[in-house]
Amino acid sequence: MNKRRRTVLRLAGGAGAWSAAAACGLIAGGQAWAANRNEAAFQAKAVADALKNLGAGNLVESRDIVITAPDIAENGAVVPVAVTSKIANTESIAILAEKNPFPLAASFDITPGADAYVSTRIKMGQTSDVRAIVKAGGKYFTATKEVKVTVGGCG
Amino acid sequence: MPNLLGGIAASALLFLAVSVPAQAADPLAVGRQMLAEDNPGELWIEKGKTLFYEKRGPRGVSLEQCDFGMGPGKLEGASTRLPRYFPDTDKVQDLESRLVTCMVQLQGFKREDVIRRAISPGGSSGSDMEALALYITSRSNGMKMNVSLNHQKEREMYKAGEYLFFRRSGQTDFGCVQCHGDANKRIRLQDLIHMTSKQGVQEVVSTWPAYRGAHYVVRTMQWRLYDCFWQMRLPELAYASDVSIALTTYLHYQGNGAVTRVPGFKR
Amino acid sequence: MSEPMKIRATLQGDVADVRILMMHPMETGQRKNSKGELIPMHFIKNVVVSHNGKTVLDAEWTQAISRNPFLGLRVKGAKAGDKISVTWIDNKGDKRTDETAVAAGS
Repeated sequence: MNKRRRTVLRLAGGAGAWSAAAACGLIAGGQAWAANRNEAAFQAKAVADALKNLGAGNLVESRDIVITAPDIAENGAVVPVAVTSKIANTESIAILAEKNPFPLAASFDITPGADAYVSTRIKMGQTSDVRAIVKAGGKYFTATKEVKVTVGGCG
Repeated sequence: MPNLLGGIAASALLFLAVSVPAQAADPLAVGRQMLAEDNPGELWIEKGKTLFYEKRGPRGVSLEQCDFGMGPGKLEGASTRLPRYFPDTDKVQDLESRLVTCMVQLQGFKREDVIRRAISPGGSSGSDMEALALYITSRSNGMKMNVSLNHQKEREMYKAGEYLFFRRSGQTDFGCVQCHGDANKRIRLQDLIHMTSKQGVQEVVSTWPAYRGAHYVVRTMQWRLYDCFWQMRLPELAYASDVSIALTTYLHYQGNGAVTRVPGFKR
Repeated sequence: MSEPMKIRATLQGDVADVRILMMHPMETGQRKNSKGELIPMHFIKNVVVSHNGKTVLDAEWTQAISRNPFLGLRVKGAKAGDKISVTWIDNKGDKRTDETAVAAGS
């Protein structure tokens, strides 16, 4: 595993969004440890930067990506999200919560030994689109689904 | 903060107006189902099992000789018949108070210590009591609630619990029935189970202990009653108190026939 | 000492429906304890699932994955008795591996 040091991040965000996201504990601080492959993407604060760092250049909207998630999440700290990709040769699935301080929540590399399907639970600081990015055959595809998070979501 | 609240409330209303038909009828359902299907609470069943069979306490013994009403160490079906009268303590006891009895009498723990540690802080790794209560109840999964009121003290506990359920008390003039006596009631997004209906009370008695998502730990019926008393701004409900056992006796008997399926999943 | 994962792997045709529950605080490093001190960051960064020794899924996680996390996936070409192994690694370098055998579907 590559060992790269994370840089200390300066934290951003307006007061309102901050408090909801901070209650979820979503603001990442700086600390050095062995970094993941997509480290720069995970550190991105804007969706566009996260996508760029994932290498997702041309994003094509696709109906062949199905995001299964609640319309309203009772608890923003535990939001179930499943992504199914019906696109042939899916290599990876990434999940973003667009309004999170660091939108990219997880990235899954899928080998031919698994279906193009993942299910997990994410923290969402506020109502937001959940976006899936699928890399298949070297190209990038995407879909979104809005998930409403209640006011007391992270309490 | 108020602007953020207003914004979310407004957008929630807007959302409901334009939501996809599939989830419109119940926009919370998909989330609840996904969480319940794979319930982190299940991780505590194994913990509870380990604690049950482990030699613990000053006397260094396990809980295998603990009698939950069907004989020492007999667990299958035991929780479905609780609360019940126990001759050795001459009291009606629920599962948790019975665990306290055994942890004190068999294992030599101090009663105050057991009670003090029974309810874990949210976000902790959970208490021994929570894991044990879940494990023992899980041994009755698939079995029907089957509380009987054969003993005089059981009948008295039931009557006391029924009285308490309906009695309005304290500065808020609340009784359980104020929140739980009608259908389709909720506080913000928290559904208030209709506990004077058979279906509602059966839902209650079959799903505790439960993983409380917002606390990240397993919670028990004793905790649930304690928290309700807090919500009603009534005096603090003491752990394993007669009041708590009376209410549990009333609810479990009302819920007879409910099929145990624990851990439940609560918000 | 970490707690064991709970892994269910059930055959549906020749695909194993795998569901993994893990106990982990997934602490973001921004929450404070009752004394007002920051609780240090502590979260699973990587999860690898293998089928009979061969990696089938490699997940990179952040603090935005919920506490006591869950992972669901579907493993192709599975048979009853096949070994499903799951390893997680967290930011402190702690690792945990648990495994189960694929159970025949009902």
